[in-house]
Amino acid sequence: MTLLSVEGLGIAFGGIKAVHDVSFKVEPGEIVSVIGPNGAGKTTLFNMISGVYQPGSGRVVLEGEDVTGMAPFRLAQRGMSRTFQNLQIFQNMTVLENAISGFHLQEKGPVLADLLHLPSSRRRARAADAGARKLLARVGLERAADREAGNLSYGSLKRLEIARALAMKPKVLLLDEPAAGCNAVETEEIDHLIAEVAASGTAILLVEHDMKMVMRISSHIVVLDHGEKIAEGAPAEVSRNPAVIAAYLGTEEGADADG
Amino acid sequence: MPKLTAKSATLLVLAALIAVTPFFFPSGYYYRIGALIFVNGLAVTGIVILTGYAGQISLGHAGFAGIGGYACALAPTHLGLHPSLAVVLGAVISGVLAYLVGRPILRLKGYYLAVATLGFGILVSMVLNNERRLTGGPDGIAVPELGLRGLLKDWGLDLTNGEFWYFFCGLVLLIGAWIALNLHQSPSGRALRALHGSEIAAGTVGIDVARVKLQAFVISAVYASVAGSLVALQNKFITPDVAGFMHSIEMVTMAVLGGAGSVLGAIFGAGILTLLPQALTVFAEYEQLVLGLVMMLVMIFLREGLLPSILRKLRGRGE
Amino acid sequence: MSELLQFLFSGLTVGAVYALVALGFTIIYNASDVVNFAQGEFVMLGGMITWFAHAAGLPLPLAALIAIVATAALGVAINKLAIEPARGAPVVSLIIITIGASVFLQGAAQLVFDKQIHSFPAFSGDTPLRIGGATIQPQSLWVIGGALLVFVGLWLFFTRTLLGRAVLATSNNRLAAQLVGINTNFVMTLSFALSAGIGALAGVLATPITLTAYNVGIGFALKGFAGAMLGGMGNPKGALAGGFLIGLIEALTAGYLSSTYKEAAAFVVILLVLFFMPQGLFGRKSTERV
Repeated sequence: MTLLSVEGLGIAFGGIKAVHDVSFKVEPGEIVSVIGPNGAGKTTLFNMISGVYQPGSGRVVLEGEDVTGMAPFRLAQRGMSRTFQNLQIFQNMTVLENAISGFHLQEKGPVLADLLHLPSSRRRARAADAGARKLLARVGLERAADREAGNLSYGSLKRLEIARALAMKPKVLLLDEPAAGCNAVETEEIDHLIAEVAASGTAILLVEHDMKMVMRISSHIVVLDHGEKIAEGAPAEVSRNPAVIAAYLGTEEGADADG
Repeated sequence: MPKLTAKSATLLVLAALIAVTPFFFPSGYYYRIGALIFVNGLAVTGIVILTGYAGQISLGHAGFAGIGGYACALAPTHLGLHPSLAVVLGAVISGVLAYLVGRPILRLKGYYLAVATLGFGILVSMVLNNERRLTGGPDGIAVPELGLRGLLKDWGLDLTNGEFWYFFCGLVLLIGAWIALNLHQSPSGRALRALHGSEIAAGTVGIDVARVKLQAFVISAVYASVAGSLVALQNKFITPDVAGFMHSIEMVTMAVLGGAGSVLGAIFGAGILTLLPQALTVFAEYEQLVLGLVMMLVMIFLREGLLPSILRKLRGRGE
Repeated sequence: MSELLQFLFSGLTVGAVYALVALGFTIIYNASDVVNFAQGEFVMLGGMITWFAHAAGLPLPLAALIAIVATAALGVAINKLAIEPARGAPVVSLIIITIGASVFLQGAAQLVFDKQIHSFPAFSGDTPLRIGGATIQPQSLWVIGGALLVFVGLWLFFTRTLLGRAVLATSNNRLAAQLVGINTNFVMTLSFALSAGIGALAGVLATPITLTAYNVGIGFALKGFAGAMLGGMGNPKGALAGGFLIGLIEALTAGYLSSTYKEAAAFVVILLVLFFMPQGLFGRKSTERV
């Protein structure tokens, strides 16, 4: 059975088709990248898959179950998590607490036990605390654990968001531009992290502008232009596809050479 | 020396204040004001959970205080319940009502919640004013004696009425603060604060946002209800004012003035706004003017509230 | 039958007031995404200032004009002093600010005026008109006519004038509006002035029927909001229809169920709308940007 299958997904805003009839599949351990010029509909596609937007047409199927437009928290319970292009960090919490909240599904319990600080509540919190510290160490943030999340650098926040998503041990992880705004060293760290997570069996769905990174780590690439899928396949195939080059790679490589 | 957690520090400060302040009271009357501060502090602690932790607002929590208060007036005479059980009954009714009202409202965002809670509060106060045969209408109704003071006397602890209510309300406030602080560091509390930080991100980590908002709403309603019960029992009398719009506004103002994000801050705010009318006898006329001004000024200039802002200043100087 | 007609007349009268309040909500909401809880206080001020100026010897039309202009100026002041400084604040902060403004205005009205209930003479006398076995006060026609006139005026303003279109553009996309050279701060000022002025007008028209006092604002705000929500937040047509509907529901509740609990009708409507159609009658779905 396919892990995640996107079937003919589409949405229109005010009569304009932002995404139209996009289909692809994601298998465990794969890194599938969605690329395309700015405004191609990548983030909109992500928002539909992750339940933030209700798709106008098509289906999202997770492990054989139709989860189209399901609320994000229900998707989380079924093993789908995501990060955000413009960061959605809990600014009102410490770094450690942000990571702990990723363990919500494991640590939640009767609210009465929490109110009265019963041993069961403390046990749940302790387990999440330990898990969160391990994760912070994995993304290199263990020394920032007690800092206010709002005070972290951009690159650190990106890693924190990934750590929070990993805490759920998701089956599918959607990463929306995880390396955007990061320097070369940080990008490489994130690059390794993604590969490592995929190697452990988690499927990764990635939106990323850094073409070198995409070409290096993706097992499969889906190309969008003007909301429609214009190509898909292995990195080498896609990079040779004339339609892709016309729509996207030509301009992007020029931009890359500048950076 | 072992490091004090924020929780034990808060509780210690609070307990010390409750225990030590009476030595400076010029007269027995001040016990009454102290007790009033504690009761307001208790209601406001509930607002801390709803507004400070979860980032939701209620403009109708006085309605729950009214339910708690009138439960103590009505349940003993009509149902034959002991007043202490009436407090529990009031809390249960408030909790259930909060659940029923909150379910549809909390699915939506800020403004709708504010208006719906505002309407709910007005509805409760309308019922209390109009159902004269049951509630005595706008003139209010007598509330039976709690009877705990007599019991303590039998055990050899002879307190004046003022002393008893001062320490009793202080104790209940301590318990309320303890519970709120437990919640803060617990999985459920973390979920509340997470949705305050970002509802969308809260969803992606699996937090059922509507459900935990409802939890916060119900818990804070119970706080308001118990506070209303304590006011009624202490005064041995209650009027519909306890459920009035201005009382709801007072609660929110106390919380944001002191700092809705921290239990101690909010209690501090309750203290200031309870003392103000005592210090300024002409205050009654200016009450609404001052409350409105405080709400605007704090939200514009000191969004964290008074106490956290002061602490930040002090800490900044220490470093 | 004549009984029903009577209830409908009184429902349309209060409904017109609620419609004006709802329109006021809508204007500010569209320009700034702020729900201004002080909206009801504008109605109160319209009535109270007119009463005060009239009692001081000014002719009624002049008193009413002063009330409307003064309230509009107050609306602008609230925007400048309390809402603009808090731009970008979380919704909860904005709610507390506008509720604070509402409570502040009530407190100020208590001090400047008094705590009594006031009224002033109806514009065209008190001789009721008989229609189909029921009666209607001439003042009711003033109120209903006023609401319809304001609605048509707003519609013309927003669709036919450059300034009105600038306001609409700002409500659609603030940043884009700024980029094409629209002064969005001015648009905000205008919206508050317009909204406060309309609220005050509602107070002027309604006071001979509903009477006024320092604390009537919050009730108007609640019902006006219920109307705006019933119609679909942000939709002027919806605000007009919603306001009238709330008035009718209230009058019918008072007539057939219980006059003590007619006030509860608006609240029940709020809950039912939230339950069954959160978008309101004419509302549109909103999508959150991430």
